[in-house]
Amino acid sequence: MDVFSVLTPGAYTTVQDYGRYGYQQVGIPVSGALDSFAFGVSNMLVENPVDCAVLEITIMGCRFEVLSEADIAITGAEIVMTLNERPVECWRSFRVKSGDILDIKQVKSGCRAYLAVTGGIDVPKVMGSRSTYVAGNIGGYLGRPLKQKDAIKRGEGSLLNSARHLSSALVPQYPSNAIIHAVLGPQDDFFDEGLKTLFDSEFMVSPKADRMGYRLQGPVIKHREEMQKSIVSEPSVPGGVQIPADGQPIILMVEQTVGGYAKIATVISTDLCKVAQTTPGDTIRFEQVTLEAAHSLYRERQRLMQEIGELIADSS
Amino acid sequence: MQNGLFKKPFFRIAGDRGLLVEYGDRIDPDINNKVRSMTIVMEKESPKGVLETIPTYRSLLIIYDPTITNPEKLKKEILALEERLFQIKIPAPDTVEIPVCYGGEFGPDIQFVADHNSITKDDVVRIHSEAEYQIYMIGFTPGFPFLGGLPKKLHTPRLETPRSFVPERSVGIANNQTGIYPLASPGGWQLIGKTPLKLFAPEHSNPFIYKIGDRIKFKPISAEDYTRLAGEVKK
Repeated sequence: MDVFSVLTPGAYTTVQDYGRYGYQQVGIPVSGALDSFAFGVSNMLVENPVDCAVLEITIMGCRFEVLSEADIAITGAEIVMTLNERPVECWRSFRVKSGDILDIKQVKSGCRAYLAVTGGIDVPKVMGSRSTYVAGNIGGYLGRPLKQKDAIKRGEGSLLNSARHLSSALVPQYPSNAIIHAVLGPQDDFFDEGLKTLFDSEFMVSPKADRMGYRLQGPVIKHREEMQKSIVSEPSVPGGVQIPADGQPIILMVEQTVGGYAKIATVISTDLCKVAQTTPGDTIRFEQVTLEAAHSLYRERQRLMQEIGELIADSS
Repeated sequence: MQNGLFKKPFFRIAGDRGLLVEYGDRIDPDINNKVRSMTIVMEKESPKGVLETIPTYRSLLIIYDPTITNPEKLKKEILALEERLFQIKIPAPDTVEIPVCYGGEFGPDIQFVADHNSITKDDVVRIHSEAEYQIYMIGFTPGFPFLGGLPKKLHTPRLETPRSFVPERSVGIANNQTGIYPLASPGGWQLIGKTPLKLFAPEHSNPFIYKIGDRIKFKPISAEDYTRLAGEVKK
């Protein structure tokens, strides 16, 4: 069922879900929503199953004409938006009707907002996922970011009996100076004083920060002199902090499958959301945690998501 | 370990969901065969909590669910599987034949490759299509196979300035490797030909016609055959 017509597409708006798993060994990256927390909550707010696709909206807003009745929720980046020129709030569901104009304006803090709609964004599943991988022209809406006049469909799903919201105490903040936790490795043995540089310095997010990787600027992270600067290409994981020959770190995100640079550390899974919400000019400081601590934070996040699911269901 | 194959795998922590298992320290067919065997074993007898295994040249990345398992458990399970490796039947790799129309508009760099190695264009075609290649890794772009086994007479450095557009299905050479671009992308490999085969079918559960560890043979075809085969592929 057609639900939106795109009046203004925004800077980079793509269809994303949890991601495409099982194809990295043939060179197809996982893709998927960069901020898995905001993504997950957006679906909960409109009572969607967890694997429904949403729109990931980057930095600049977009305008849609609503083509049929649905519930909508927008989470993630703090954003100013209006429905028929009346303000509506993030992190809560609202009903839209045919002919409404939804205007999502500039981001105030954070980088990526997630728009969930009743039944999920309906595009064909490609290799098990609806996520867009733009460089490969795979999945999503014709394998590309949205354009003006695109007609967006939604899947089957029932409208809410009453509106839902996430309590404001649980809404994440996106400061412009982020603390990002990371575990050492896989190639921390390629560095000695470079490790100190990584964890003792502040890095700035450069303009080259996208779904493939976040290039940072800061003091040069030196490899140990006897170590090669490149390694035999190996699989990449989201969060890997790769150090190329120039010593300026790159946090790998979700659109790279292999790489040939040493990775000094890896951002923990639960902090990838924080990286995803930084924008060029923001600063990042890395803090080292043990693998055990990362795993316990991971379990905590899973419990939190479950609790939030129950709270949201009770919020209506 | 004259060929660089480690006696015991070397484990590295790749974040809170990844365990990297290294079987050697270089690009080598024996090391890559070991990676292939362990990938097949891991798929057959996947330890609890393993979500995905991703093989590359000399290492295997294991993605796990940290609520179910952890690297210490996985290391023990992987070493145990390795001890039983000789009991497990590993199927021989498939050989995939790829028809290629060499030179002309499809292979604009074939003359450069010939000149660089002081041979003729015909030699390039003959040597490239006589060898059998091993898929060491697939990556860089979807389905791009990095092929080992390129004869020394064809080794040629990458272009000094990469092309911003390489047409899909181009066959190229970079240093001691050869490969195929399944999708159009930027690239710096020396292009010597093009295959009429459609290499990528995203609608299939196995979207490519080859996998890591398979062998590739190139078969020279004429421009007429190329046109005919490309027409059949379109249908």
